[in-house]
Amino acid sequence: MAETTEIRWHGRGGQGTVTAAKVLADACLSGGRHVQAFPEYGPERAGAPLRAYNRVSSHELRMHCPVLNPDVVTVVDATLLDSINITEGAKDATIFIINTTKDPKEIRAKLGAAASQKVITVDATKIAIDCFGRAMPNSPMLGALCKATGLITLDHLLEDVRKSFGKKFSQKVIDGNLEATRRGYEEVKEG
Amino acid sequence: MAKVVAVTGNEACANALRQVNPDVCGIYPITPQTDMMQRYASFISDGKVDTEAILVESEHSSMSACIGASAAGGRVITATSSQGLALMWEMLHIASGDRLPIIMPVVNRALSAPLNIHGDHSDAMGARDTGWIQIWSENAQEAYDNTIQAFRVGEHMDIRLPVMVCLDGFIISHSIERMEYLEDAEVKNFVGEFKNLYPLLDLEKPKSYGPLILTDLYHEYKRAQHEVMLKVKDVVLDVAKDFEKMSGRKYGLFETYRLEDADIALVILNSAAGTSKDVIDEFRNKGIKAGLLKPRLFRPFPYEEVAEALKNTKAVCVLDRSDSFGGYGPLFMEISSALYQLKERPVLINKIYGLGGRDYLPSHAELVLNELHGIAQGGKINIIKEYIGVRE
Amino acid sequence: MKQKGWKELVPGAVVLEGGSACKFKTGSWRAFRPVWIEENCIQCLFCWIYCPDMAIKVKDGKRGEFDYDYCKGCGICALECPGKKGKKAIVMEEEGK
Repeated sequence: MAETTEIRWHGRGGQGTVTAAKVLADACLSGGRHVQAFPEYGPERAGAPLRAYNRVSSHELRMHCPVLNPDVVTVVDATLLDSINITEGAKDATIFIINTTKDPKEIRAKLGAAASQKVITVDATKIAIDCFGRAMPNSPMLGALCKATGLITLDHLLEDVRKSFGKKFSQKVIDGNLEATRRGYEEVKEG
Repeated sequence: MAKVVAVTGNEACANALRQVNPDVCGIYPITPQTDMMQRYASFISDGKVDTEAILVESEHSSMSACIGASAAGGRVITATSSQGLALMWEMLHIASGDRLPIIMPVVNRALSAPLNIHGDHSDAMGARDTGWIQIWSENAQEAYDNTIQAFRVGEHMDIRLPVMVCLDGFIISHSIERMEYLEDAEVKNFVGEFKNLYPLLDLEKPKSYGPLILTDLYHEYKRAQHEVMLKVKDVVLDVAKDFEKMSGRKYGLFETYRLEDADIALVILNSAAGTSKDVIDEFRNKGIKAGLLKPRLFRPFPYEEVAEALKNTKAVCVLDRSDSFGGYGPLFMEISSALYQLKERPVLINKIYGLGGRDYLPSHAELVLNELHGIAQGGKINIIKEYIGVRE
Repeated sequence: MKQKGWKELVPGAVVLEGGSACKFKTGSWRAFRPVWIEENCIQCLFCWIYCPDMAIKVKDGKRGEFDYDYCKGCGICALECPGKKGKKAIVMEEEGK
């Protein structure tokens, strides 16, 4: 990966997208890296489209504005593909990670992605429901992002998910999320 | 050993306050500051500090309570934003006139109307003339470091003045960034035991605060207040030197970035300075000598030092994240005043950006640097003050 | 009295002593002075309670002469004085007469 990785998350209020960006920032602290995580602030409404951002870099991050040209675009809710241009500002080698039941080839066609751009899909909502019974796709999406970018090892990510969720949730929910993160990592499809 | 964390600006400031563990804290919520005092209230509930929280019904009351507690002889804090700071306005003058070293993070936010919760500098600039020391911060690390240093500056026996520590609302207050915490014991040792000056609660020596002083002495009291402000610069530098010994992080009256040999320069406060630095690097790579000056101590303003730092540039743009409607931007007025005393001075222009949280993008910095480059090459100024990043 | 210059002031205009109002003698403001007629006085101390300054000193539970250093001549004591058998113990007289 380049010296600095910039990530843009698309989700809907209540899906844990902002939490995912925060967990990722914390996990990426390792190895002396610099991190940022910030949502696009507005009225916080369940179901409303939102964006969140990450920057991860080996050098100090001074930029204090939204990510304009993402290296990674993570879409936590596939229904956003019909209403929002998620490819906005994408680079030649941008990686798209989409939570969908559909085949990556179909998504690639829908996005009109270039051959140099990677399109990765994962059925994160199903994984979440399987693992802890709620349509909260953020932890499997973190797993998928981990696999797609190699920013951190799976073990490291799992440790951070355990730490972050451990503050708020029961052991059952934590275990479910750990399993969901692992499955997100394992079940990515590239096309 | 420093602890590396990824936290928000609000969390960083709340932790600085926790490490200082002051006696009294006035608490009233206002976005985007709320989260800072909420965290501090948790520290109180969890027994991590033994601060007396005063939950009040307005920011006016909060500052009033702080003034009383500080005059009583305590180390006192509060925090606010925007309308809250505006509502405190008359009490701010009393805190400084009574020479009470209250420490207050101000999470900068736009003022109504129209109602807006996002970051700009209208609130703190409106409190520019209240007699408070103002220290501005680019990111979470600086907000944390400045909050700790503010205690030493304000409580210095030659100073005894209240201090605002400014940080950008949401952009810094709510964004997670990597930063380093100092050890609790280091901070405790750095700020030292609070020494009070004329505590009301010393019942052996009764005294009065806030007497009526009319034409006979008021003018003299204000002259004395002006004199104290003149001493602040040296104290800020001394405290920064001690802080550097402890943390390894260097602070001055302002920060310069690639300014030594610069032909063109930006002057800009807080978080937007970081974005500008990345763009300045790009211009340097193109062979254009661009630089930056980021004020840290805004009150008192270090006029001579700023003039000295900018004197060899050809063209300077001052970017203001607030406006003095019908006047130039408040930061521009200061830089203009500073440079006027030079025999030869750079050409100066003023841009108003980012009001109500409008994003300040690298393209904005590029636009301004290109304009400055043109002016430095012998071009003319079209307009002295103008808005950028605005839709026509 | 020489007025203080700005370098001689206490920071924050704090008054560093209690009861310093004693130094501010307001007796010269008076146009009418209260006069105490002891034989009509029942020592009810209404005058002491009502006096807005400290012109009436009480010793061993009894009032004595006025302290004219602090009496501004407001006349409240004379108004409130119940006197004895219809005769006031405090009356106001014009200054300088």
